[in-house]
Amino acid sequence: MPQQSCPLTSKQVVDLYFMEHRAKLLDIAAFLDRLERAKGDEGLQDVRVRALKKAIPILIDTSCENQANRAHRVLELLSDHTAEPTPAAHTQSALGADPNTDY
Amino acid sequence: MVSRTTDDYRRMAQAGCVAITEPAFWAGFDRSSPAGFYDYFRQLTDVEPKRAAQYGIAHHCWLCINPKEAEDPVFAREVIKLIPEFLEKPNVIGIGEIGLNKNSRNELIILEEQIELAKQHQQLILVHTPHLEDKLKGTRITMDALANAGIDPGRVLIDHIEEHTVAEVLDRGFWAGMTLYPDSKCTPQRAVDIIECYGNERIWINSAGDWGPSDPLSVPKCHVEMRRRGHTQKLVEKISLENPLSFLRQSGRFMLPESV
Repeated sequence: MPQQSCPLTSKQVVDLYFMEHRAKLLDIAAFLDRLERAKGDEGLQDVRVRALKKAIPILIDTSCENQANRAHRVLELLSDHTAEPTPAAHTQSALGADPNTDY
Repeated sequence: MVSRTTDDYRRMAQAGCVAITEPAFWAGFDRSSPAGFYDYFRQLTDVEPKRAAQYGIAHHCWLCINPKEAEDPVFAREVIKLIPEFLEKPNVIGIGEIGLNKNSRNELIILEEQIELAKQHQQLILVHTPHLEDKLKGTRITMDALANAGIDPGRVLIDHIEEHTVAEVLDRGFWAGMTLYPDSKCTPQRAVDIIECYGNERIWINSAGDWGPSDPLSVPKCHVEMRRRGHTQKLVEKISLENPLSFLRQSGRFMLPESV
């Protein structure tokens, strides 16, 4: 990936964006808490939740450092990597994670 | 913008918008007959240009059957038969947004037939790439279909690109579009990140103005994001005016209002 940098200093990036992303982090934490407080455990095994939990470590994976490719890697993780067209479209919507991947 | 109020045109004009291109797309429900599409194409080619003109905005559109309604090839072909009549309308700039939704065989067949339609009529092509987990695969299949048909990639905009598809789209010579949404897909912040990482050639931004959660003012909001990071006005204009003009003028139909 080309390394054309953001014009801001890293301190400016923190000053501009930290609060917004602190809030998003808390949203994820609260979502996972809510999931555990909800009735039944079906949702806990949902492919979307399993995919989300598998994606979270990418955020702090040291191999991402100096690569700046976390968003790319998360999207790759959540993608269908097969190549052939599916036999038929049984739904019009997407899930957000590949239902055929063993997350 | 068939799914938006006239007030949105006013707000866009106030924010500096001088022209829009509106793709033929899913209306939030499946139309029950080809006649429904006939009326939709009338709306895109006759009604919307007049609504936009009230606010000094030049309205252009793309025509097709969108991939969400393309699973039934018999139905889709009936709609495709309607399109050539409308290609003569002065605000029609190409075929789109065609592409894939669930990457199915039937969707691909109809995609290939609409690529052929564009080829026969020397039309530009606007591609819709699938959402979420289906995007990576669908983008690759679509680019292969375009290449197999011998389409010049410089006359195709692959829209809805994200971090995992942008490099392949640009490497294969296509134009890359980033349709901006408030939070569900590519946000203004991520679009600026992508420009910082992949450069500003053959790439541009546009606002989603559809029936779902979307914001026709996403482009000016992206401008604000660029400026607060210290990007130049020149770059702002490059990815939201110069690049779109370079691509769209290939249609021979795209024009800005005389006042611009």
